[in-house]
Amino acid sequence: MDHRPQAWGRPRDDVYGAYDHSYMQDNGPKQNTQQPIVTGTSVIGIKFKDGVVMAADNLASYGSLARFTDVKRLRTFADSSIVGFSGDISDMQYLDRHLIDLSLSEAYESPDKPRLNAANLHRYLSKLLYNRRSKFDPLWNHLLIGGLDDNGEPFLAAADLLGSTYSAPSLATGFGAMLAQPIMRRYVPDEESAKKLSREEAINIVKEAMKVLFYRDARSLDSYSLAVVTKEGVELKQDEKLEDQSWAFADRIKGYGTQTV
Amino acid sequence: MFRNNYDNDSVTFSKLAIADMTIVSSSPQGRIFQIEYAGEAVKQGSVVVGIASKTHVGLFAADLGPRGTKQRNAEELSSYQKKLFEIDEHTAIAIAGLTSDARVLSNFMKQQSLGHRLTYGRPIPIHTLVGMIGEKAQINTQVYGKRPYGIGLLVAGVDENGPHLFEFQPSGMTEEMVAFAIGARSQMARTYLERNIESFADCSKEELVKHGLRALKESLVQDKELTVENTSVGLVGLKEGPNGRSSIEPFKLYDGFEVKSWIESASESQGGEGEGEGDAAAGEGMEVDS
Repeated sequence: MDHRPQAWGRPRDDVYGAYDHSYMQDNGPKQNTQQPIVTGTSVIGIKFKDGVVMAADNLASYGSLARFTDVKRLRTFADSSIVGFSGDISDMQYLDRHLIDLSLSEAYESPDKPRLNAANLHRYLSKLLYNRRSKFDPLWNHLLIGGLDDNGEPFLAAADLLGSTYSAPSLATGFGAMLAQPIMRRYVPDEESAKKLSREEAINIVKEAMKVLFYRDARSLDSYSLAVVTKEGVELKQDEKLEDQSWAFADRIKGYGTQTV
Repeated sequence: MFRNNYDNDSVTFSKLAIADMTIVSSSPQGRIFQIEYAGEAVKQGSVVVGIASKTHVGLFAADLGPRGTKQRNAEELSSYQKKLFEIDEHTAIAIAGLTSDARVLSNFMKQQSLGHRLTYGRPIPIHTLVGMIGEKAQINTQVYGKRPYGIGLLVAGVDENGPHLFEFQPSGMTEEMVAFAIGARSQMARTYLERNIESFADCSKEELVKHGLRALKESLVQDKELTVENTSVGLVGLKEGPNGRSSIEPFKLYDGFEVKSWIESASESQGGEGEGEGDAAAGEGMEVDS
């Protein structure tokens, strides 16, 4: 009888023949992330005159399975910025831990007031993402960063897994770029109209857009997080529910699934 | 027996009692001699002064030729040594000690400042920058085969928390200061600064320069004057920006003819202050820092 640890739990050679070890060997090159596994869907954000409103639902999907229904995808930074994560959830958790470290070291450097504003944070995260994609080991996320810039003006910008960055008065990632962005863009086509938008209007637009996303995005959820950033700080609500849903339009949709038209 | 202070590794206690090697290498007091010798290099360098107010930081340097003060044989053959260096838009250093070591640190600081701008899109906080050179210098005092930097620095800069002045020593010690002077005969300048410390916080840019140059003058040897050739002034600060926020007034180095008006303004109002003159003369008799 073979008592060596590597033989533990294995079929006995003398009974079943030689054991095939080949499956244990890692032949072939090392593989980095090829695709996201557990994913979060759209994040949407809109600028208004005093700040930024951002929202994302609380779902983490495993493929098409709604696997985790209580995953918060908006996080505050130094009580002055908000980061919204879509894409891979484990990479989001990695970034989250990274941002905790960053905010701690910032707090040691200047305990009295936060000095990394949203614009600084966005720059930092985009460099981080670009650095990882350059190692061919990307962090599979699309981020929105909201807050205030160097001049105290509202700031909203995106950073994606390639390290690309862009900015607009309203932004959405993932499916939201197709479904929510046109709705928000009706209200804030340019910076001037964002400067006129009130806080309540901005929140209502975002709530409306989240509802449309829940109607049409099959990887979404009706419970979501909503954050408002102004110079007073971040107001983050993580257990919002979609209100006044109306599925009347669904009747008229034909041509999908098992329906016979 | 053969005795050479500079031959030993920078170790405090040597367990071996080598014949005739006295307390030079091992110090029961816990002193590390190499660091103290590096400190001597700082004291050989010509004097630099730094003062911080609520809005500005000033660096002031008078280079008095090779070796700072006394023997000046090659003086006419060499130009005056540059003492103030811009690191970034918002920060600068004044050096006393081995210039070549200062160059290493200054290059390092420039790289870090630039890197910080690239990754964060903001000027590096002064505290962060000073922490980096402090750490770098400390490693040099502890690792086999390395030696401490023979350089003292005054680091001036502004960030979101306002103007800052830091002292840096070869040991890796860094400390924030209201006003300070390092280099040859700097004790006289420090005495002047101590006497006037209460007034610095509310100083205007012009008053800051007056104080800085007067402090410099205290440290001069008797036959030396502050001239356009040997004096430089550096200023960095905050100014009123758009919508009430303060923005950075970039570091400006006044060298050569640009420093002329500063020197004149510092000397013209000094007539009434007989006390300062007397003190400088009294200081002449003392052997300080050498």
